Amino acid sequence: MTKKQKKVLYRIIIAGILMVGLHFVPVEGYFRFGLYLIPYVIIGYDILRKAALGIIHGEVFDENFLMAVATVGAMLLGVYNEANGREGEFAEGVAVMLFYQIGELFQAVAVGKSRKNISALMDIRPDYANIEDGEGNLEQVDPDDVEVGTCIVVQPGEKIPIDGIVLEGSSSLNTSALTGESVPREVSEGEAVISGCVNLSGLLKIRTTKEFGESTVSKILDLVENSSMKKARTENFITKFARFYTPAVCYSALALAVLPPLVNLLLGNPAGWSSWIIRALTFLVISCPCALVISIPLSFFGGIGGASSCGILVKGSNYLEALARTKYVVFDKTGTLTKGVFQVTEVHPVLPSEELLELAACAESYSTHPISKSLREAYGREIVKSRVTQVEEIGGHGVTALVDGKEVAAGNEKLMRKLGLVPEQSTGTGTIVHVAVDGSYAGYILIADVVKEQSAEAIAALKAAGVKKTVMLTGDSRAVADQVAKELKLDEVKSELLPGDKVGAVEALLAEKSPGENLAFVGDGINDAPVLSRADIGVAMGALGSDAAIEAADIVLMDDNPLKLALAMRISRKCLRIVYENIVFALAVKALCLILGAFGIANMWIAIFADVGVMVLAVLNAVRCLKVKARTARR
Amino acid sequence: MKKTYKIEVDCANCALKMEEAARKVDGVSEVTVSFMTQKMKVEFADGAEEKGVMQAVRKACKKVEDDCEIFLD
Repeated sequence: MTKKQKKVLYRIIIAGILMVGLHFVPVEGYFRFGLYLIPYVIIGYDILRKAALGIIHGEVFDENFLMAVATVGAMLLGVYNEANGREGEFAEGVAVMLFYQIGELFQAVAVGKSRKNISALMDIRPDYANIEDGEGNLEQVDPDDVEVGTCIVVQPGEKIPIDGIVLEGSSSLNTSALTGESVPREVSEGEAVISGCVNLSGLLKIRTTKEFGESTVSKILDLVENSSMKKARTENFITKFARFYTPAVCYSALALAVLPPLVNLLLGNPAGWSSWIIRALTFLVISCPCALVISIPLSFFGGIGGASSCGILVKGSNYLEALARTKYVVFDKTGTLTKGVFQVTEVHPVLPSEELLELAACAESYSTHPISKSLREAYGREIVKSRVTQVEEIGGHGVTALVDGKEVAAGNEKLMRKLGLVPEQSTGTGTIVHVAVDGSYAGYILIADVVKEQSAEAIAALKAAGVKKTVMLTGDSRAVADQVAKELKLDEVKSELLPGDKVGAVEALLAEKSPGENLAFVGDGINDAPVLSRADIGVAMGALGSDAAIEAADIVLMDDNPLKLALAMRISRKCLRIVYENIVFALAVKALCLILGAFGIANMWIAIFADVGVMVLAVLNAVRCLKVKARTARR
Repeated sequence: MKKTYKIEVDCANCALKMEEAARKVDGVSEVTVSFMTQKMKVEFADGAEEKGVMQAVRKACKKVEDDCEIFLD
């Protein structure tokens, strides 16, 4: 608790004790009023002051005003009754103020606490950077002061403060604060590292490549901290609602206090001023809009915080809200649903497959083409370059080389035909490397971009979360695209698209959907910035270290796991459900109590529940947004 | 020009009031107050002088919610 909150707590305790004590003090009349005035002033002086200031500044209708009018009214009514020879009721006015303060205190503590929790989740801000001086001593400096190109030292257990390249040392890094992924990442000399990761094992010397302000960690912090600035439609609705609601309630209360007694007087009945005024005051207490005004931003903030702890950065409450209404999900293929790297997926040998792969890898060992690289990776062993001689690359065909004295040719169908051989027809999709050894056909190797392990599950999870249509866009050939789409059970696929066509395809889908539904585009942030911004929600994936993606997208998945999208949707839906629960619950309870109050059934105590109780429950409900099920987070 | 200021405000409704008050100040073209992060983001109108405008913003906010504070550095 802060100092301010503690002070309120002491006031509550003192006023509470005084109230209980006064209950047993046998005094009568105005003296009793005087005694009750002591706890009233102790607990309520700041509210009264604020209400008075509000009136002076022309800001009449706020909760301070409501509380001041309600409690002062209740006290005056007690005095009025005393003056007319009846026993006045003073405890109620004090109690209303007391419970109002308890509720406010609770709210302040709960909100402060969840704010701290959320900040802790996002606690990736490095406090210092180590710089080595001439004698090998480490000096801690502010990361802001470190210039680009400086050598910094990161000891085990410390956070990497600034993006850079490893100069010396190797270690494993914990990236979970950024990605939510718990498997550590191995780094060694020459590799780029990003700020915000925690160094787990070895000492690293890093040459910085960016300023602190431009580093990943600063960008992410900036993004998350600004996220609650973009307000959701629901939030704006409540703001507008509160603006009309409070004055409306005040005028209704005034009408309730004045009109029925006047009607009674006209009809010649006793006016009954005091009972109608009590009803009007009850009305005022019930009506306070705090429960809504506080719980809704808190829910969104909690949802954003919970998501960021799983490596999902949402740039604003509005996007979290929009995500829950997503019915169309459009994927880019390469790098999003597939790994975006080529791998040997099949080997169809005439020779033993090991040998075929070895010969092909050797023949291609001098090439830098991605295909050659994937062959070497599939072979997996070091290639002794001296085994390979007379390498000849034939553009558009492949290579021929002498490997261990054998004439090896590796390339496409054209190369085989040129050698006078008839290659086998492949049934798979991807790039095919045919191999011939000493003039006879030896089989082929299929190389393809592989689908991510989680893609199929992710599509299924999206469908389960209520997505109507999943679409894949790709520049790849139709055969490849159709096969991937079939494997992942996508609803629609558009293949052989040029980069510019993707925007057109998304626009066509945007025109197709009905107004209440949203379309999300998921890409890897490379070359698809126009599409990301054209879609209702742009989602960039695998954005760790990619500034462009972080800039262009509305939602950023820090690692490249497509399941995270389904998780993000679940979080957004849960968050929105809680928001609606709170709106409906708060308004329903208040409406009910207002009606009961108007008919004189609800007394001041029920009014206090309708105000403070509802607010406390709404805040507790909102805090649930922060919790993301560990099960789903881990996957 | 945009700038973010740290603020101190106790209730969500007060944050809304601050936002409304700040928006009316001359030289402010847009302003958002986040109660959750206790921050105020101000977009200044072209040619507005930041220091003077922020003094006025602070005064306007104090008027609607005297418990609030804006930290001008």
